[in-house]
Amino acid sequence: MAEPAVPVLQVDGLKKHFPVRKGLLRRTVGHVYAVDDVSFAIGVGETLGLVGESGCGKTTVGRAVLRLIEPTAGTILLEGRDITTLGKRALRPYRQQMQIIFQDPFSSLNPRMRAGDIVGEPMKLHGNVSRGDRRDHVAALFERVGLRRAQMDNYPHQFSGGQRQRIGVARALSLNPRLIIGDEPVSALDVSIQAQVINLLMDLQRELKLSYLFISHNLAVVEHISHRIAVMYLGRIVEHTDKATLFTRPLHPYTEALLAAVPVPDPKIRRTKRVVQGDVPSPLKPPPGCHFHTRCPYAEARCKTEPPLLREVAPGHHVACHLR
Amino acid sequence: MALTAHIEEQARDASERVLEVDNLQTYFYTRTGLIRAVDGISFSLGRGETLAIVGESGCGKSVTALSLMRLVADPPGRIVGGSVKLDGVDLLGLDAATMRSIRGNQISMVFQEPMTSLNPVMTIGRQIGESLVLHQNLSRAAALERAIEILQLVGIPEPRQRVKEYPHQLSGGMRQRAMIAMALACNPKVLIADEPTSALDVTIQAQILELVAKLQRELGTAVILITHDLGVVAETAERVIVMYAGRKVEEATVGELFAAPLHPYTRGLMTSIPRLALMRGETKAVERLQEIPGMVPALTNLPPGCAFAPRCAFADDACRAQYPPYAEKRPQHWAACWHSDKLAGAIDG
Repeated sequence: MAEPAVPVLQVDGLKKHFPVRKGLLRRTVGHVYAVDDVSFAIGVGETLGLVGESGCGKTTVGRAVLRLIEPTAGTILLEGRDITTLGKRALRPYRQQMQIIFQDPFSSLNPRMRAGDIVGEPMKLHGNVSRGDRRDHVAALFERVGLRRAQMDNYPHQFSGGQRQRIGVARALSLNPRLIIGDEPVSALDVSIQAQVINLLMDLQRELKLSYLFISHNLAVVEHISHRIAVMYLGRIVEHTDKATLFTRPLHPYTEALLAAVPVPDPKIRRTKRVVQGDVPSPLKPPPGCHFHTRCPYAEARCKTEPPLLREVAPGHHVACHLR
Repeated sequence: MALTAHIEEQARDASERVLEVDNLQTYFYTRTGLIRAVDGISFSLGRGETLAIVGESGCGKSVTALSLMRLVADPPGRIVGGSVKLDGVDLLGLDAATMRSIRGNQISMVFQEPMTSLNPVMTIGRQIGESLVLHQNLSRAAALERAIEILQLVGIPEPRQRVKEYPHQLSGGMRQRAMIAMALACNPKVLIADEPTSALDVTIQAQILELVAKLQRELGTAVILITHDLGVVAETAERVIVMYAGRKVEEATVGELFAAPLHPYTRGLMTSIPRLALMRGETKAVERLQEIPGMVPALTNLPPGCAFAPRCAFADDACRAQYPPYAEKRPQHWAACWHSDKLAGAIDG
């Protein structure tokens, strides 16, 4: 996919540190470096997959980009405009441009609202559409995501998990955004339903030139839907490249470990696995130097002291490892 | 002469099968109606074998597991028919006290969510030791020593320290190791693992699956692995049962099932998941996943005939009229479908 002049989203040096408070006076005793100097860009009609295990900070990246949580440092450019420090009111028009689809289709929809009102609410809040037009627009959205017009008056509990996620997609689309952040949008769905929602997202991207930041722990889904992929480990991007390179010539030892660990649905390929040992360290106390050195089979002395920088080792292939 | 050989063979077959489930039926009596969660499931499990039961939510795979353990909540659930023979003893006919002496001793279970299935106010050591005190009459001190050994076996570092800790002090992967340690404490004949790695990260999942395989080799435990993840099935199971709407729709060895699925639902599952084509060295990536249209039917309102018919491309009047017989379509390969012949060998990739 050709990189356009101005990416839809450009994130530079994004950091989010959560204070850890303890004791009666709630004094700050330390910080969780949930996101630690993360940079990436997403072009028009492009999908960037953001993968990593629980606690790696991928969800925090998504929330910080939307300014649902305030970044500690860094800049967020939406179509070239810096939105990092805009106040609530000034941010409103930009909010329309970027929407989110959540993981859990059960808890992310208000159970007391009718499905049609849930989908129409962003239009109501952002004004400028009359009530009648709104209803027509919602009906069109329902049909676009594969729901029936007649279902607009139903409540969330009357829908299945897959249908609820379609409602979430329709709500995200209602303001004609340029960028949609999907935070594990298919992880809670059954296998046979996952394909329906993945296909829907990919069709919408083609039709509407949408850009996606697709956050997931599922490597198979990310491989299918993404153009480029960034791998996160304990708050940092450790490898970032196009998907063909990542899956065929991974360079970071953590990416290697992830690919070796993912179960392949083909009994003909029973690989002799090199299973990476140990647990993900606590993000409260990440290891010094390269965060991965405690589990890395190749770690050397300097990996334990010196944090590796994300370098471009080949055109478009970024890796943060001293040894590669 | 031939007859005695035949009888001997039958006897050997029986001694090689540790668990035999016949026509198991577990129903739930709810306000919305009768739910046949498990509707006549039969299968057997060889000694030391790994059998996977695959299906989506609501297919009855977890209720099958709970029925084998006789842990179905009553009311609303009840095992209304069938038999579950563990080395020839029908567990469904036992009184509660005898069942308690077998559960956790000869047949035990690992659950999906280690945090909610461990007791949060009991140390790890006491929880593992509990079954040893109950089933093997060990003293508390001896049970604790044995718990330390088992924790070592499942790869928990510093087990002497860990036995004094509570579940919240362990990571998710460590908790699942502790659960496995607990399940294996009495060296059971059968271990049922219900989505044992679904709540874990992939690198931890790989560690746990490797651990289960290693323990199985060392202890000779037979494993029933319940999962929705076809990747996990392909990498760990020897035989596979596919369930849909409370019934078995297909059964085969893992190689046979993936090479030539004979039920449209199995085939649909396989073509609807992204299959990591790039990583497997395939040049042409799948452009579009094949969807299974519609959704899993509500068990209160199953269609007459084949439950999968409303979602099936092959469905015709025969499918909608009558449930297809469960039959051996190829050697050691069973399926319940009127149209298996159209599917034979038809999967791509």
